[in-house]
Amino acid sequence: MDNNLVQIALQNVNMWAIMPSLILICFGMGLLLINVFLPRGTTKHAVWISLIGLVVTGLFVFKGWGDPQYGFNDAVALDNFAAFFNITFLVAAGLTILMSDEYLRREGYPVSEYYPLVLFTTAGAMWMASGTDMMTIFLGLEVMSVGLYVLAGFFRNQVRSNEAGLKYFLLGAFSTGFLLYGIALIYGVTGSTRLTEIGIYLNAHTSLLGNPMTLAGLVLIAIGFLFKIAVVPFHMWTPDVYEGAPTPITAFMSAGPKAAAFASFLRIMEYCFFSLKPEWTAMLWVLAVLTMVVGNVIAITQTNIKRMLAYSSIAHAGYALVGMVAANEIGYSGILFYMLAYAFMNIGAFAVLVLAGKKGEDNLTLEGFSGFGYKRPFLGVAMTIFLFSLMGLPPTAGFAGKFYIFAGAVKAGYLWLAVIGVLNSAVSLYYYLRVMVYMYFRDPLEDYAWVSMPVSVVVSIVIAIAGSLYLGIVPGFVMELAKLAVF
Amino acid sequence: MSSTTGSLPTTAPILFEDYLALGIYVGIALFLVAILLLLSWGLGHRTRSRIKNEPYESGVYPTDNARLKGPVPFYLVAIFFILFDIEVIFVASWAVAYDRLGWAGFGQVSFFTLVLLVGLLHLWKTGALDWGPSAARQNRKNQDIP
Amino acid sequence: MIGVYHYMTVAAILFAMGTYGVLTRRNAIVIFMCIELMLNSVNLTFIALSRHLHSMDGQIFVFFVMTVAAAEAAVGLALMITFFRNRESIDVDQINMLKW
Repeated sequence: MDNNLVQIALQNVNMWAIMPSLILICFGMGLLLINVFLPRGTTKHAVWISLIGLVVTGLFVFKGWGDPQYGFNDAVALDNFAAFFNITFLVAAGLTILMSDEYLRREGYPVSEYYPLVLFTTAGAMWMASGTDMMTIFLGLEVMSVGLYVLAGFFRNQVRSNEAGLKYFLLGAFSTGFLLYGIALIYGVTGSTRLTEIGIYLNAHTSLLGNPMTLAGLVLIAIGFLFKIAVVPFHMWTPDVYEGAPTPITAFMSAGPKAAAFASFLRIMEYCFFSLKPEWTAMLWVLAVLTMVVGNVIAITQTNIKRMLAYSSIAHAGYALVGMVAANEIGYSGILFYMLAYAFMNIGAFAVLVLAGKKGEDNLTLEGFSGFGYKRPFLGVAMTIFLFSLMGLPPTAGFAGKFYIFAGAVKAGYLWLAVIGVLNSAVSLYYYLRVMVYMYFRDPLEDYAWVSMPVSVVVSIVIAIAGSLYLGIVPGFVMELAKLAVF
Repeated sequence: MSSTTGSLPTTAPILFEDYLALGIYVGIALFLVAILLLLSWGLGHRTRSRIKNEPYESGVYPTDNARLKGPVPFYLVAIFFILFDIEVIFVASWAVAYDRLGWAGFGQVSFFTLVLLVGLLHLWKTGALDWGPSAARQNRKNQDIP
Repeated sequence: MIGVYHYMTVAAILFAMGTYGVLTRRNAIVIFMCIELMLNSVNLTFIALSRHLHSMDGQIFVFFVMTVAAAEAAVGLALMITFFRNRESIDVDQINMLKW
């Protein structure tokens, strides 16, 4: 490498492009250091510092809105797309942190290392959304995943949590292998790891499009991301990990990292493989249908609510995939909108579960919710709103999100796919409504005396309600932002 | 970045004579070992009994499973070594071009090292590096926290 | 003459062996070793292609893959140790608390 190249490489650094995640990392490291100088078991300061960190990071995200910041020789881009997703991650992380302290105390793990891990995981997700080079995306994915492995297995004396962590780790690392091999093959075909360069090269050399190496690379990369999104048939880890992991982490995993995987998957497919669009939309069509059907049908048979929400999150990944199959502006912006809406409604539902559970969470079954709505009116109403939103009924965020995504599919000519999606939503009514039937139409078995209402969790629930209703009643503004954010 | 041209080194044709000496040496070594093994197998005295098959012949009887659990501190040290050792590749790749990367490169590699130092400090203060009596004291102190 | 195709074939065979091992083995440590085999076959592919294309990107990618693999190993082995402490086994058939 000669001197000129080095000079150019250094001039193109542009710290603004990574400033949000850099700040988040610095807050996380600072928190780690503060933790070791305080007596074990103190966690209040960690909650506050993490929340401040998230807010400060959010302010720096806006630097990239409308004024894209490219850095490190185009390996990182803080553009509208990244900014929108970054806000989604920050919302998910903030709601998670708000409900964590109470939960960790109840389960007997008041360990403050938890919060830096959430911050690092969020920073990894942000790199995934803003990565425009395979290297950045891979690093972001790994920073996120390694943090999540630890968080899923965080309760080290609980066998369920151990199993969740180990299972997530083994299958996550396995899928990373596929992703990497795909990246290597595409690098071999095009000679670059930069997303735009790959796309231009493939577009210019159409003879390469049918090359087995290109197709194998495309499929392997897709498998790596579909695993993280938990698309059927790569979903087998999801229910187990979601059930075994600490509840706030389950909430976070279903919203933040899933959105991050969608972000990089969208960017890679749109930047690199736009020449192969007919092929990958056909592939995703089948997977979207499978995912919706399998997720919804198995969710019907579940009696554990945490596990039911895990299967429902698989189904929701299927709805979002419909937007990718549509592959037009409404479909893509629908995904962005839906991920934000899903962060509010799903994390809200899990926040109610955090309050409703006893130590060990053996009572989070349908039976355990008998009469819950009468005994705890506020939580009952909150749960009702979140379930309505998950069902996709107006006037909630879930309805608006599904509406945009299916509208995109219809506009792209996939009428049947939209019909299947709507039918699946109808199926999902059954198992969501069943929870409400137990909450309101069964005699209470218990007095729910253990349910306390700590301020932080209530704040989290209120924010989630506000988000779900705002995005449902006036979706226009956020949808306009989402439209500005897609390519 | 992507156009560093390194031409392949020209490889001289492999000469048979160069490898002849090596071949003869390997052959002799293999022959000697084979002869020694065959001789001891053919001429040696063989006994088969229960006592002969014990791990320590005429020694103390083994009382327990041979697969003992190793103490965790060994594992910890090994993992810390791997983690901190592998980060050297980034520092080394800065070091080969330090003069051309200038102060900006120095700043970045310093930040990288600072991150590692924070990690080390965290390990140190949480007692992950303690051994023996000091570790035992630390454990007693933290016993009330799971 | 050994060219890039030979390296890529070897890497593909190693990757297939790793995948097969992950799918058939029952011991978590062995599964993890198979995953490492997969990652290293990817590294081999990257290095061979990097040499073939005269581009440094592949080699830099290998740096990152190695670092990440080390971090994953640390976390993964720690998870296995906690699991072993509670269950006295790391057989994946024993990971059965959570079943549908």
